[in-house]
Amino acid sequence: MKFIDEYRDAGAARRYAEAIARATTRPWTIMEVCGGQTHAIIKFGVDDLLPPALTLVHGPGCPVCVTPVEMLDKAIEIASRPEVIFCSFGDMLRVPGSSRDLLAVKATGGDVRIVYSPLDAVKIARAHPDRQVVFFAVGFETTAPANALAVVQAGRQGLANFSVLVSHVLVPPAMEAILASPGNRVQGFLAAGHVCTVMGTAEYEPIAKRYRVPIVVTGFEPVDILQGLYLCVRQLEEGRAEVENQYARSVRREGNPAAVQLIRRVFRVCPRKWRGIGEIPQSGLTLAEEYAAFDAEHRFGVADRTTEESPDCRSGLVLQGVMKPPECPAFGTRCTPEHPLGATMVSSEGACAAYYRYRRSAQPHEPLPATEP
Amino acid sequence: MEATPDFSLSCPIPIDDYPHVLLAHGGGGTLMHQLIERMFLPAFRNPFLEARHDGAVLAPDGVRLAFTTDAYVVRPLCFPGGDIGSLAVNGTVNDLAMCGARPLYLSAAFILEEGLAMETLWRIVQSMRRAADAAGVQLVTGDTKVVDRGKGDGIFITTAGIGLISHHLTIAPASVRPGDAILLSGDIGRHGIAIMAVREGLEFEARIESDCAPLADLVGSLLRAGLEVHCLRDLTRGGLASALNEIAGAAHLGVSIDEGSIPVREDVRGACEILGFDPLYVANEGRFVCILPTGDAERALRIMRADPLGAGACLIGRVTEDASGLVTMRSRIGVSRVLDMLSGEQLPRIC
Amino acid sequence: MCLAVPGRLLSIAGDDPLARTGKVSFGGISKEVSLACVPEAKVGDYVIVHAGLAISVLDEEEAARTLEYLQQIQELGESG
Repeated sequence: MKFIDEYRDAGAARRYAEAIARATTRPWTIMEVCGGQTHAIIKFGVDDLLPPALTLVHGPGCPVCVTPVEMLDKAIEIASRPEVIFCSFGDMLRVPGSSRDLLAVKATGGDVRIVYSPLDAVKIARAHPDRQVVFFAVGFETTAPANALAVVQAGRQGLANFSVLVSHVLVPPAMEAILASPGNRVQGFLAAGHVCTVMGTAEYEPIAKRYRVPIVVTGFEPVDILQGLYLCVRQLEEGRAEVENQYARSVRREGNPAAVQLIRRVFRVCPRKWRGIGEIPQSGLTLAEEYAAFDAEHRFGVADRTTEESPDCRSGLVLQGVMKPPECPAFGTRCTPEHPLGATMVSSEGACAAYYRYRRSAQPHEPLPATEP
Repeated sequence: MEATPDFSLSCPIPIDDYPHVLLAHGGGGTLMHQLIERMFLPAFRNPFLEARHDGAVLAPDGVRLAFTTDAYVVRPLCFPGGDIGSLAVNGTVNDLAMCGARPLYLSAAFILEEGLAMETLWRIVQSMRRAADAAGVQLVTGDTKVVDRGKGDGIFITTAGIGLISHHLTIAPASVRPGDAILLSGDIGRHGIAIMAVREGLEFEARIESDCAPLADLVGSLLRAGLEVHCLRDLTRGGLASALNEIAGAAHLGVSIDEGSIPVREDVRGACEILGFDPLYVANEGRFVCILPTGDAERALRIMRADPLGAGACLIGRVTEDASGLVTMRSRIGVSRVLDMLSGEQLPRIC
Repeated sequence: MCLAVPGRLLSIAGDDPLARTGKVSFGGISKEVSLACVPEAKVGDYVIVHAGLAISVLDEEEAARTLEYLQQIQELGESG
């Protein structure tokens, strides 16, 4: 497939690996923010190509993983109501709330439907005027324009039976929270290429400057990630701390103005609780006044629900990059994809699930083969 | 969710983690295997079940027979390239073929939902008839039940099949040997995507059709050529990755495959990319893997490619001495990874 | 996060910018997506699509430049 396969080329990957190895003279710790990047790194084995001095930590760029338990509980409560058709992205269905997940609600008779796009949920609302259709609007900035458009469309079509349960999160406040925390080891970032496609790169410039960290906006294919790492290592070695754009085929400094405008029209910034991390100010989106009528939390009276998080799940430490999944005492034993303690084991891009699926074995990693495949 | 409690010998229900059956228990992945291993196998334990193969090989009075059963619950009932009827016939025929048997007779039990359009039923029955003719089998006995409206997905079909084994091989995971070649009969992912496309409303420039097809003739030509086939497995739910994991696990040997050698049609790949699916785990209905001594691989590939259903046959990997029963795959960028079984179904994702 | 896939824009429908949609081909299968955020997209362009919405028009020159970068760093030799 064009614009995908070229960035999965084995020869290019190997040559980047060699270039990174030559460029790295000291140990460095780099965080890739986006869960999609984590998934690609582990699936393709990019980290096996890196020199030992380079440590990759996996950041909280998985909206599924960071959706707080209480939001899941609210979703489950709403989805359990007989008049509701609860629409969600597939990712959210296996994330555990306090006692069960949305799949369990489906198993016991709830009308829970997977949609590919929030715009499909709007179509469902149109087709079922007698039912309440609720869409679970999770995601980072990448998904916000689509969710915003869904709300605008519902408004224009007069769909009073449509509402959204909003749990949007923003990347830059999370990065700052990580950098500001006392135990922080991260020295450079690969920023999320699709988030930046929407929002642009300018908001990362003050972060790079204030904390003196290089931030390389990176794509999602193995060659993208390797090139992003190469650029980041070069900055670290040279003592630079700039925002660089590796994913220029999609990202512009100003982002996507039409998308940003949609987001600003429908949402406003608010504080948000992040699962495993806690509340980060100004780190989430909620519906703006004009669209408040579409807020499912108020429509279904669940706005005041709060839940304590499980002490056993250490996904918060994994998300902040302080711990790698195999270091967690529950990894692979009490916590597996079949019985997840936290969202990072469930989400296809959660660091714990990615580790479990692609590398769970007692064997040491194979050394890089000497010849081309 | 609660952490897994310790298994309690006094608990009457072997699986106490899930108080209710989930869809994932039918997904072909880890949960389904747990259900089989912990609920069904212990209850009915016997050597035939222990073989853990697609069909049971029986030898009453020295006549070797293969015997299999299957249930079909697909939604939508009709999809590009087939329907629940052709699926039922071909699926059963293929399970028999994977034992190296010549399929002869099928039974079919229908559970019909009150309100199902008679026209739909007729179409499905005709489709079964055509599939049976194409596969050379006869439907010799059956049953019909009707359940209340809302209690069934239109129609469920349960089949059983009997086939005759005329070769003397033991075609099963137990026969697999280190160094054996692993052949795949063609490109993967068509069936699962064809189904998902109807469900998700994906349109195609050229329609993606299910690969649902009877494989008995193709297998028969391999056996008639005198090839020492060690194991056959058709790829159904859970895809190529699950089938290889099942074989590796049952054989207590390792499997090593090369991602670059696995054929996936471009349109299937496109659909997988946008839904976030890995083609290795997507369902198929007309594909199988054949494991045999490495010296026979060339000849086997020639024979398979001569048949339209095997035109895309290729070598995808080898069996290794590794006793862990793990499947490892060399990724497109040249790094090796463990390819695990999925715990449940793949779900379309945005992240 | 954010599984977004590049595909080729085959056709466009609708005049109202927020309701504008297009048929996009991903390796031969096509899906209707919203073009509300890419008013500049033309038939034949590649767009990057996430959750049913095109979020950018792919810059083919930049795409080529990304692939050429490796060549450049190897030609310059490594000084780091």
